[in-house]
Amino acid sequence: MNTTISMQSLINFFLAVVFAPLLIGLINRTKAWFAGRRGQPLFQLYYDLAKLARKGAVYSRTTGWLFRAGPAVGLAAAIVAAALVPFGGAPGLIRFDGDLVLFAYCFGLMRFLTVLGALDTGSSFEGMGASREVTFSALAEPAMFLALAALVRRTESLSLSGIYAGIDVEVWRTSPALLLLVIGTLVVVLLAENSRIPVDDPNTHLELTMIHEVMVLDHGGPDFGFILYGGAVKLWAMSALISGLIVPGHFGPWCGTLSGVLCMFVLAMVVGIIESVMARLRLLRVPQLLVGGAALSAVALMITLS
Amino acid sequence: MLGILTGIIILLASGFLALLIRGRRLWASYVGAGGVVAAAVLGVVSSARILSSGGVESLRLAWALPLGELHVSVDALSAVFLLAVFGMSGLSAVYGIEYLAPYGGRKPLGVSWFFFNLLAASMVMVLVARDAVLFLIAWETMSLASFFLVAFENERAEVREAAWTYLVATHLGTAFLLVMFALLGRAAGCFDFDRFGELKLLSGNMGSVLFILALVGFGTKAGFMPVHVWLPEAHPAAPSHVSALMSGVMIKTGIYGLVRVLTWAERPVWWWGYLMVAIGLTSGVFGVLFALAQHDLKRLLAYHSVENIGIIGTGIGVGLIGMSFDLPALVVLGFSGAFLHVINHAIFKGLLFLAAGAVLHETGTRNIERLGGLIKSMPWTGLAFFVGAAAICGLPPLNGFVSELLIYLGAFNGAKSMAALVAAPMLAVVVGLALIGGLAAACFAKAFGIVFQGEPRSEQAAHAHECVGLMRVPMLFLAIGCALIGLFGPWVVSVLAPAVECVSGLPLSSVAGQLATSMRPLTLVAGCGVVLIMLGAGFALVRWRLLRHRSVSTAVTWDCGYVRPTARMQYTASSFAQPLTALFSPVLRTARKAVAIDDVFPGHSELETHTPDVAGEFLFRPIFSGVGALFSRLLWLQQGRLQVYILYVAIALVTLLVWKTR
Amino acid sequence: MSVELILTVVVLTNLRLLGASRLGACIRTVGLQGLLLGLLPLATGGRLTTLHVVVLAVGSMVLKGFVFPRLLFWALREAHVTREVEPFIGYTGSLLIGGFMLGGAVWLGDRLVIGGTTDLSWVVAVAMFSILTGLFLIVARKRAIHQVLGFLVMENGIYIFGIGAIPGIPLLVELGLLLDIFVAVFVMGIAVYHINREFDHMETDKLDVLRG
Repeated sequence: MNTTISMQSLINFFLAVVFAPLLIGLINRTKAWFAGRRGQPLFQLYYDLAKLARKGAVYSRTTGWLFRAGPAVGLAAAIVAAALVPFGGAPGLIRFDGDLVLFAYCFGLMRFLTVLGALDTGSSFEGMGASREVTFSALAEPAMFLALAALVRRTESLSLSGIYAGIDVEVWRTSPALLLLVIGTLVVVLLAENSRIPVDDPNTHLELTMIHEVMVLDHGGPDFGFILYGGAVKLWAMSALISGLIVPGHFGPWCGTLSGVLCMFVLAMVVGIIESVMARLRLLRVPQLLVGGAALSAVALMITLS
Repeated sequence: MLGILTGIIILLASGFLALLIRGRRLWASYVGAGGVVAAAVLGVVSSARILSSGGVESLRLAWALPLGELHVSVDALSAVFLLAVFGMSGLSAVYGIEYLAPYGGRKPLGVSWFFFNLLAASMVMVLVARDAVLFLIAWETMSLASFFLVAFENERAEVREAAWTYLVATHLGTAFLLVMFALLGRAAGCFDFDRFGELKLLSGNMGSVLFILALVGFGTKAGFMPVHVWLPEAHPAAPSHVSALMSGVMIKTGIYGLVRVLTWAERPVWWWGYLMVAIGLTSGVFGVLFALAQHDLKRLLAYHSVENIGIIGTGIGVGLIGMSFDLPALVVLGFSGAFLHVINHAIFKGLLFLAAGAVLHETGTRNIERLGGLIKSMPWTGLAFFVGAAAICGLPPLNGFVSELLIYLGAFNGAKSMAALVAAPMLAVVVGLALIGGLAAACFAKAFGIVFQGEPRSEQAAHAHECVGLMRVPMLFLAIGCALIGLFGPWVVSVLAPAVECVSGLPLSSVAGQLATSMRPLTLVAGCGVVLIMLGAGFALVRWRLLRHRSVSTAVTWDCGYVRPTARMQYTASSFAQPLTALFSPVLRTARKAVAIDDVFPGHSELETHTPDVAGEFLFRPIFSGVGALFSRLLWLQQGRLQVYILYVAIALVTLLVWKTR
Repeated sequence: MSVELILTVVVLTNLRLLGASRLGACIRTVGLQGLLLGLLPLATGGRLTTLHVVVLAVGSMVLKGFVFPRLLFWALREAHVTREVEPFIGYTGSLLIGGFMLGGAVWLGDRLVIGGTTDLSWVVAVAMFSILTGLFLIVARKRAIHQVLGFLVMENGIYIFGIGAIPGIPLLVELGLLLDIFVAVFVMGIAVYHINREFDHMETDKLDVLRG
């Protein structure tokens, strides 16, 4: 039994590493469909990655070793975080009490390196993007911790795998409000951290309005490939937190994984729909959205406290 | 014990010797610093031995003073702090040799080294003293020595002002400690710490009064909000190796004092823990917010000391709440997290101050807005600052993450408890730490990104050179320390068990058992750190292989087609922090002075922001000006004649005599 | 549709009221709250679904969900006021205070265990929170319409108390309350209209020019 579970964790981890870019494709296809276009192929990001891996690189004269090391280490951090996430009813590849802190801080490391890479170029645009990125993530981080704390309280477990093992149909029956609120927070955090509308628009064409995209303007070649791929893995890992709540996988290993993957795809389409039907918020409004997202989980915690 | 006492004697002797050396420029430095290094090696070895054996070594000697006795002792709790004190003293002394060299012709360096060694010796004495009178003497010596060190560049008005602020603040704190020890001494009938502990004097209402006194008195030294006002003044004013020592370890003596006092408690009242958590989180969040708004590199670091002291205080608060509600997991995790953070903060804050000092040394400015691009001219300093910055933000796989993880674990442990009275403050801790983490990352992205990256924003920054080896070596040591504690976290934490036992009152076996359950997370975190490094290296290798035979060229930064960019067009530190400072403007109250652009063809315009300390500005300034106004009514007493003053003395003596013989 | 869920949405609507900057949004939110509260007795299961409760629920849904918002929108249109809320205390500050009020309400809910069962503490907490929110809105907003809204939210809080915590609340009291509110809204609507006529604005803080 024990070996099958770890086998499933291993497979889940490989699914995350392999299918992560597909989520981006799904989001883009959904957006295209909403706009009445055919849109790019589902596997576009794979093609992009393959193309970037074959390219040389052009570096800004201002940049140094940190600029070159950042994308590789950032991708490593995203993959470590992906190894921590439970999926489809199976625990994560690595699990221990407090792994949720490591999960959040791995993304912190990734962000710190991206921001420093942006500042390394000395470009005003990239500095502006970096400034916005740190502002919004400083607010998104407490929101995510509030959501996880609500789950910790409900399931009385300190590890992500333990928490998600404790979420089942019974929990949905007895405290639907708590789960819905937590999912609400996690969706807000997902959108903000993965530079999606309404916080950031990955397709915008003006440097002044970008947040994440502007920070990586000067990256090219394999470095940029690492960044794109790392972003996709991050999207997968954070979506897995949501899908684990929606599909409490107690249907046996294979069914669990399958339903999990399906849920991820549906989630990607939901993100695409959100991006299609909403406009970008004014920058001053974004903190309100994030604080509002945190407030949802705060209310969830109040339920558990009362 | 013997090693530590010898260390004190070496420190004092070399200090006096340095004082005697005049004329020859650097001899005083070599003698002073050499003594510190010798004492540090001796002290680190013997305190590490005591910590690992878990024993207590003490010494009692009679002395000629009417009160107290010479009772010194080292237990695990002292040993933890001693390690930090000795280690940081040695490293900053080595750094100080070169740092002070440019002052050699103008300043008597011997005096500076005398006070440096005196400060180190008195800190050690504070940590080993087991008698209230001895403790207070050492405490006062420590305050005065550091005052003279802060006032090193006393020809500058702002330095004198800062030193003065520090002197007043520290003495106000000491006043609370005097009252506390007087109350304790009256209750116990003597001034012996062991006796205080046996009697468990911190219980009942009296205990709460004593706790508050200790919190204010020691908190002033440690730098808890709102009694932190001296930190952002004194740290920038002092020479950088002194800032490193003061911020890295001297403020920790305040934490030590508070924890030592807590060992005399039978069982903490529930609201002590609440108060500690509240103060800790306030210091943490406000400290990092004010740091964000600063333009002065060393002032920014000083505010981060407030933040980190807040994190330590939060850890202690978690432990206290665990003690009052009988939750050993919280006790062990909270206190071990706090102790590890004491050591960690000594390492990375020392490192950051030394690196900031190197920047100041080479460019002559602390103003972040005038720096930039230093990582190319000062690669070692840049690397050191980067490691320190990543560590202080609590990013894996460095040491800051390990101690914050312990506190997080304690808080999550409490948060899942059914009792709302425990869970509510623990949830606040979780959210507070997350917010502090996010803001700290923003602040250090600003500090490192603007100072070391991009293009130089001024002439001085463009012509900087790497500092010499004697300044580089201590920074590298500390940077390696950050990485080692990050990767060997489990081992370091298990060494701390006797210190936790000391304060928690739990038996060692239960502490060790509790720590054993947190060993698995720590081991796996270390493992993840190794995996992270290896994966990163692997990807870097992949990148190298891919690019090996391809064209890799350089060009200008993407500038949107603008043809004449200058370094002054780069994003500034103020604009980088602006979204966050604007968001928290009700707290920060940044004063903004701007010449607005209202012409079609804009001419001269300027913007100036200044963020005064909110506690200093809105709490202490009114109080002090009120007190000043009150006492100015007594100005008529000041006649300016010697005869009158002698008359005052005589009157006072006669009055006392009459009152006594009444 | 569980009670917990409805009550949670009520909490969220209260927070929305504290943070909203548009009068129209506030009125709609209060309407939504009224609708939700109408659903509440139906969601409690068999315990309360007697005929008079159903009638009462439907009645209050119609009144609070449709009639009152209509009336208020009418007053808003008639008075030609701008649609900004104009708070005395800013939106972020209001939300922060809302957070503390929620915390306090939860704490109170823990203390005020009514009827000896602990699973009601969330009900009591939400009721207290609604009452506090209503009070806060009355105190901290300038517009007369907000006084009406605050009053409605307060009444909703009392209603939650009645439905959730005290099963045997007499029908008569309930009806009386509802009537009270109806009259209040009516009078306020007319008053708002007339204040507007006389002074050309409807900010209550300018009523002090009437002082002798």
